[in-house]
Amino acid sequence: MALRRLSGVHAPHRKNTAAVAPVRMPVPAMLTIPMSMHIGAPAKPMVSPGDTVKVGQKIAEAGGFVSSPIYTGASGTVKKIEGVLASGGAYVPTVFIETDGQQEVSETVSPPEVTDLQSFLNAVRESGVVGLGGAGFPTAVKLAVKDLNQIEAVIINGAECEPYITSDTRTMLDDADLIMEGVALLQKYLEVKRIVFGIENNKPECIKKFQELTKGQKGVEVMALPSLYPQGGEKVLIYNVTGRMVPEGKLPLDVGAIVINCTTLAAIARYVKTGMPLIEKCVTVDGSAVKEPKNVIVPIGTPMKDVFEFCGGFKAEPKKVLYGGPMMGISVPDLEQPILKSTNAILAFDKKDAEPPRETACIKCGRCIAACPLNLMPADIETAFLLKDGAMLEKLRVNICMECGCCSFACPAKRPLVQTNKLAKQTLRAYQEAKKAEAEKAKAKEEAKKAEEAKTA
Amino acid sequence: MSENMIVSVSPHVRSGMTTQKIMAIVLIALIPAFAASIVFFGARAIAVVAVCACAAVISEYIFEKITKRPSTIGDLSAVVTGVLLAFNLPVSIPLWMAALGSAVAIVVVKQLFGGIGKNFANPAITARIVMLLAFPTAMTTWTAANTVIHTGAVDAVTGATPLGLMAAGETAALPGLSELFFGQCAGCLGETSALALLIGFVILLCTGVITWHTPVVYVATVFVFTWLIGEDPVRHILSGGLLLGAIFMATDYSSTPSTAWGRVIFGLGAGIITTFIRVWGNYPEGVSFSILLMNILTPHISNWTRSKPLGMIVEKKGAN
Repeated sequence: MALRRLSGVHAPHRKNTAAVAPVRMPVPAMLTIPMSMHIGAPAKPMVSPGDTVKVGQKIAEAGGFVSSPIYTGASGTVKKIEGVLASGGAYVPTVFIETDGQQEVSETVSPPEVTDLQSFLNAVRESGVVGLGGAGFPTAVKLAVKDLNQIEAVIINGAECEPYITSDTRTMLDDADLIMEGVALLQKYLEVKRIVFGIENNKPECIKKFQELTKGQKGVEVMALPSLYPQGGEKVLIYNVTGRMVPEGKLPLDVGAIVINCTTLAAIARYVKTGMPLIEKCVTVDGSAVKEPKNVIVPIGTPMKDVFEFCGGFKAEPKKVLYGGPMMGISVPDLEQPILKSTNAILAFDKKDAEPPRETACIKCGRCIAACPLNLMPADIETAFLLKDGAMLEKLRVNICMECGCCSFACPAKRPLVQTNKLAKQTLRAYQEAKKAEAEKAKAKEEAKKAEEAKTA
Repeated sequence: MSENMIVSVSPHVRSGMTTQKIMAIVLIALIPAFAASIVFFGARAIAVVAVCACAAVISEYIFEKITKRPSTIGDLSAVVTGVLLAFNLPVSIPLWMAALGSAVAIVVVKQLFGGIGKNFANPAITARIVMLLAFPTAMTTWTAANTVIHTGAVDAVTGATPLGLMAAGETAALPGLSELFFGQCAGCLGETSALALLIGFVILLCTGVITWHTPVVYVATVFVFTWLIGEDPVRHILSGGLLLGAIFMATDYSSTPSTAWGRVIFGLGAGIITTFIRVWGNYPEGVSFSILLMNILTPHISNWTRSKPLGMIVEKKGAN
């Protein structure tokens, strides 16, 4: 087990929407489905403007090994395919589907034949499932393990440590049977000997539910984890469950672990059981500007504004709107942004909560250092970054930073330390590339000199 | 971008702690010692504290006005510096000297090095040392503490500090341990009452403003060291400015290390230097000097005690 308690911060919980079951919202007039909702190559559209589509129909195929196919959650007609400015700052090809409200299910939807590891991995790939906890890494790639003996433990991430978000909580409560079917699939095809549910102790009802469901099952355990942000961070979770820290530049599998979000596992199990791929998401809608916070089941591609409207609209002008939680969420430039595969929450904040606090001078109190789960020194990284000191950034290992936000959260001077870390990573990369180029140049020069000497001798 | 929405980098929620709140908590933690100073040294203690605090704030305001920098008097750090300096002065100090000392602390030690967070030495401690060298007589004229609550009617009598008596070998005149603990002895304004300072320590610890490392290690080092060389360890830790220094001055953020091990080393070093000065040095008290010397060593301590990132892979030397 974990030898030491990793640092973190006591972020406010604000799980206002945990107690109520999610509501399915009616299909919006238009779905805008981006072709890049995952890490890796964008998917390639298979439909053209004018085509009619049905629920569960594949509209784009995987654009490479690290990629994922995309399905539509509404029936209707493809209007256009064009680039749309996404929250990441790039134009992403997007399929616009005008819905007809018929919601006729496509005849392609049928349970896949799963008999062995290969067919299981194919099914995971075809399900369109990516890391639904927010990262969006294609799950089929994560599970494509060369040697199954490498897997010592699969951790099912039910930590849900971000404030506000309760969509995983709802999945655990409402789709517990699907999650348990997913557990059975992992045991059968990936031959996993140890499966651990990691759930923060602020969700006692989820812990109790899975303790009951896994009672007497061999190789499955439920671990109640302290409610300390970022408990659900992959490295933190692996450390707290297995006692091993993923080394820098390595993968969880290098320490024998795979982490799967609970909602991701449920989506895989649903596809294997019913053949219905990933077409909709349970999304927490909350924040100080939202009139009726709740969990909503939304077709992927639904513009945010329709979802907020379904929740009674705004009680104050939304000045900041986020994909995901307030600790790591991404703020969006407008309300046209669609619900993505990896969206687990959309939060809208009023003016008071939206404005970044005034930044004052660093007082060297060391709160950022004490808060960092990975023992980094954000205050020192900031100084090194301002001095453009690549060697020092290398020494301080800014590359390890997972951008969880604990340092910025804890800072009494309200300095944007995560932002600085992100920028410092670029400075470090440039420094390391320059160093490498210089070393190669010196090597080439030496070789040329040697060749010259050999010639003259 | 549309609809006038704010786009910023995460996190979008911050803790409620601010620099101003931290300084306010420090001021609250200083209240018990302030109350004790009024009880033992009379109403003049209020005047000294008020003059120091006002002079500190005014000099910070004027300096920032002249150098056209945004004013930082709102963060209360200047008030803390002023009050801490006042706590390190005898109650009989002429008020103009107290004001001058405050100005030195703020302008020379803090602002000339870049303001809050940038000063390498503790402003109050350094200003106290400057005053000790500039006004040796006024700075070492001690007033005996009142045995009853001061009425203002009786003129104060001068007395020697416990450490002064110890250095002079006049052990017979030493105050008892309970008098030392409650603060009924001669000394600087805010340093005499161990009880009041310990209440402040608990406040600072419970609010997370400081960690235990420096104060505990500092005091423990003095205790063990003086005990080893045959002095009275209890009397040593209760006398002089040790508790005031260990709790409020050696925990100053910008002039001390920010990692746990760095703070342990700081406390250890300060404890050793304090004992050396007290026992073998020319001055009866060594807390100020020891903290200043450790302030100077702080950048090195910080370099030695950098925290080790988890999962860090260290390239072996000579690997390529």
